[in-house]
Amino acid sequence: MFTPHTKQDEQEMLAAVGVSSVKELLNKIPADLLYPNYHLPAALTEQQLTAHLHALAAENKPLKNFIGAGMYRHFIPAAVPALSGRGEFLTAYTPYQAEASQGTLQTIYEFQSCICALFDMDVATASHYDGATALAEAVLAAHRVTGREEVIVSSLLHPHYKEVLATYTRHSAVRLTEAKPTSEGTLDVQALKNQVSDKTACVVISTPNFLGYVEQAGEISKIAHEKGALLVAQVNPLSLGLLQTPGSYDADFAVAEGQPLGNPVSFGGPGLGIMTAKKAYMRQLPGRMVGIAKDKNGKRAFVLTLQAREQHIRREKAASNICSNEAICALNAVIYLTLLGPQGLKEVAELNVERAHQLAEKINKVKGFKVLSVAPFFNEFVVTCPVPASEVIEKLAAKGIGAGYDLGQTCEQMKNALLVCATELSTPEDISAYISALEEI
Amino acid sequence: MENLLSIEKSQSGRRGVRFEKTAKHDYLPSDVLRTSAPKLPEMSEFDTVRHFTRLSQQNYSLDGQFYPLGSCTMKYNPKAYDVLSVLEPFANAHPFAPESAVQGTLRVMYELQELLKEITGLSAFTLQPAAGAHGELTGILTVRAYHDAHKNSSRTEVIVPDTAHGTNPATANMAGYTVVNIKSAADGCVDKQALQAALSDKTAAVMLTVPNTVGLFEKDIREIADMVHKAGALLYMDGANFNALIGLAKPADFGVDVMHLNLHKTFAAPHGGGGPGSGPVGAAKHVAPFLPKPIVEKKDGKYTLLGEMPQSLGKMKAFYGNIAVVLRGYCYLRQFDAATLKNIAEKAILNANYVRAKLKGKFDAFFDVNCMHECVLSIDPAKMNGVHTADVAKRLLDYGFYAPTIYFPLIVPEAMMIEPTETESKETLDAFVGALEKIYDEIFANPQLVHDAPHTQPVSRIDEVSAARQPNLRW
Ligand SMILES: Cc1ncc(COP(=O)(O)O)c(C=O)c1O
Repeated sequence: MFTPHTKQDEQEMLAAVGVSSVKELLNKIPADLLYPNYHLPAALTEQQLTAHLHALAAENKPLKNFIGAGMYRHFIPAAVPALSGRGEFLTAYTPYQAEASQGTLQTIYEFQSCICALFDMDVATASHYDGATALAEAVLAAHRVTGREEVIVSSLLHPHYKEVLATYTRHSAVRLTEAKPTSEGTLDVQALKNQVSDKTACVVISTPNFLGYVEQAGEISKIAHEKGALLVAQVNPLSLGLLQTPGSYDADFAVAEGQPLGNPVSFGGPGLGIMTAKKAYMRQLPGRMVGIAKDKNGKRAFVLTLQAREQHIRREKAASNICSNEAICALNAVIYLTLLGPQGLKEVAELNVERAHQLAEKINKVKGFKVLSVAPFFNEFVVTCPVPASEVIEKLAAKGIGAGYDLGQTCEQMKNALLVCATELSTPEDISAYISALEEI
Repeated sequence: MENLLSIEKSQSGRRGVRFEKTAKHDYLPSDVLRTSAPKLPEMSEFDTVRHFTRLSQQNYSLDGQFYPLGSCTMKYNPKAYDVLSVLEPFANAHPFAPESAVQGTLRVMYELQELLKEITGLSAFTLQPAAGAHGELTGILTVRAYHDAHKNSSRTEVIVPDTAHGTNPATANMAGYTVVNIKSAADGCVDKQALQAALSDKTAAVMLTVPNTVGLFEKDIREIADMVHKAGALLYMDGANFNALIGLAKPADFGVDVMHLNLHKTFAAPHGGGGPGSGPVGAAKHVAPFLPKPIVEKKDGKYTLLGEMPQSLGKMKAFYGNIAVVLRGYCYLRQFDAATLKNIAEKAILNANYVRAKLKGKFDAFFDVNCMHECVLSIDPAKMNGVHTADVAKRLLDYGFYAPTIYFPLIVPEAMMIEPTETESKETLDAFVGALEKIYDEIFANPQLVHDAPHTQPVSRIDEVSAARQPNLRW
């Protein structure tokens, strides 16, 4: 039973409280609201529940996966879940009592440090909900910092991120406009130059962008900064094992979906919102941060810090309402980064690049299929198909292959375009199976 | 001994994982590459395992210690859910996979939506929000979309009682509303006169926590709902404390229009040292069309996310919610029937009242009445030899107990908020009460011992201000 009370416990406890039944303790609840009828299924034993969940899981069909579009399947070393799943981490709350939570606090400090190193940024928070909400909060911070209202958003941002950004800014003074793409699947830098003005709060880029292509971030950064606007960059953290860092192109805020770092895709959640900034904007960041302090004997200790930004102190004046974040996902990420180290991270990034480029080369040789662009890409790219992408997806699904993301969903002109992803998990055999399936279309 | 950071243990050339070598390295032009390696630790797998295992041992946790953190519902997290929520077909389900390949996950989501509807009496649920505060923002933006659709954009205020959690006013502000704070009555409940005075045709919503954060049920809830509705506003319920009501009463019957639940509280999902949580939001029929999209529907025996929601406020996060946490909430509700849920709420309430009654005379409740699932004590340092709530909290750590929530709610001076939850036994509660009784004696016999606590933790009392002065947030 979930409650450990014996009959005798219950009697003794009721007597100590001075009532004869729990119902007496509920006398503030209007009687006609108490004990309504419930139509709930019968209770399952653990054994029955286990069988039931296995049966439900079996209703999901395994696919050879070539779908990315914001969530990426990667190899997760066994040590990651083995460590993060320890009850001492998993069943602790937010580390309010620092002296009894040094374990959690130190892992957060190490997470912030690894993320800053990976991104080349000054500060990182303990985590945000996901990449999309981190981006929306970064844009709101840029608006606060600059006092400007216009936000120029890459048209090649993930469609869900665009929607979340619209939701988060709808009731603020922020006005969103889009920066146009070229036919090569990257932003039109010249057009952007004419678009940015001294009214622009920030330029939001995604690199690799939603189509998988790497943007000319340095150029865009200069264009934004020349007009006093900030650069908000949304990146793939795993790509930074190899690709230029947000710090190197002088991003003011850099955010990411951290799921590729040791977390499963889990149908899209939980994700891991990574939120970083230049030091100057540290006090504009939403959510928890851990810092180093001293205990009263002068010993190094870790605590939640800079809390004067947060809702429990500032209430309606807080930088954000965030309270709980994605701590275990951040723990997975820091364990993953610790296991891989700089060398392992570079290797896995290179393997992603190689598998994706091998796949692209082979697709280019299939009649009627063509890779859209010669722009550099990390592990994802666009393929134009001889038939609607939805048809390719359906036919490959029947063969147990997840073909990719149908770009026609977001834009009618792209209905023959398929966004395809390969990672280190895409084996040469899987790639061959993919190519054979395309050839049969 | 000080704990070393991973980077302080790092040895050049060591590593924990290796990957296959690539055939080529020149797929990308050099101008898009990073120019120096990131400063990450270089450790073997074994180094890494020992490092994080040692760190885990420097934590109090629910699995190890009684964790009576008020407003957080630290109840036992069944081990079966750890396993079942990450079964490979669930963990590997891609959010953009064809729906025919993810029917199992969609079915779990659909069935959980249905179960949550049944236990709250509301008409629709979204599973999208990632936590309680995210649920609040979702709920208040839903309210806003509802008013906008009714050409009611002149409603610019949200009323929040002074007992509310900080996320409530912060949420209303993020949704673009002006926050109107109202004082509570002397009994800790909503002051109806103050509420009436604050309500107007500018009011968009009233945010109420039920039971409230002093652990009391809002006895006039229905009257309050009527007042709110008469003013043309909606009633939002912060359901963080739903563990006290599950199986006992349905918020829809109170007149609640929109509410959030915390799967990481009431529904036994672990808190993970800060998350991830899940904060489903429910809405009554007239508000349901404005919830975020998509919601799982069942059509011709198949589960789908493709239904139209033309009036939806849009999306609150990428994809569909924290599904691994949703799976845990689903497991919880399948393991217990209505009678067991009622027993769970009743035992949560009994446990809180037992602790309150046993401590009376030494540590008194601020409101000397029967409480729901948590009790809020208050310490008067003038009568306690100069000892403050923080001191008592730190001393509890020495006795092997995590501390209650302290200094919240703000209306209670030197507050100490104790939520035992239903999964704690009488023996544990007796031991906890015993520790507080000993601390009470120490306060008078040896107050310095209490002031200087903790004495048994990896570090002693931390100077938190020192961290904020010159922030060191990374290596
Ligand atoms: C009453 C109340 N409301 C809202 C929240 C916020 O929930 P979360 O931390 O999941 O965002 C909490 C959490 O402590 C709470 O106690």
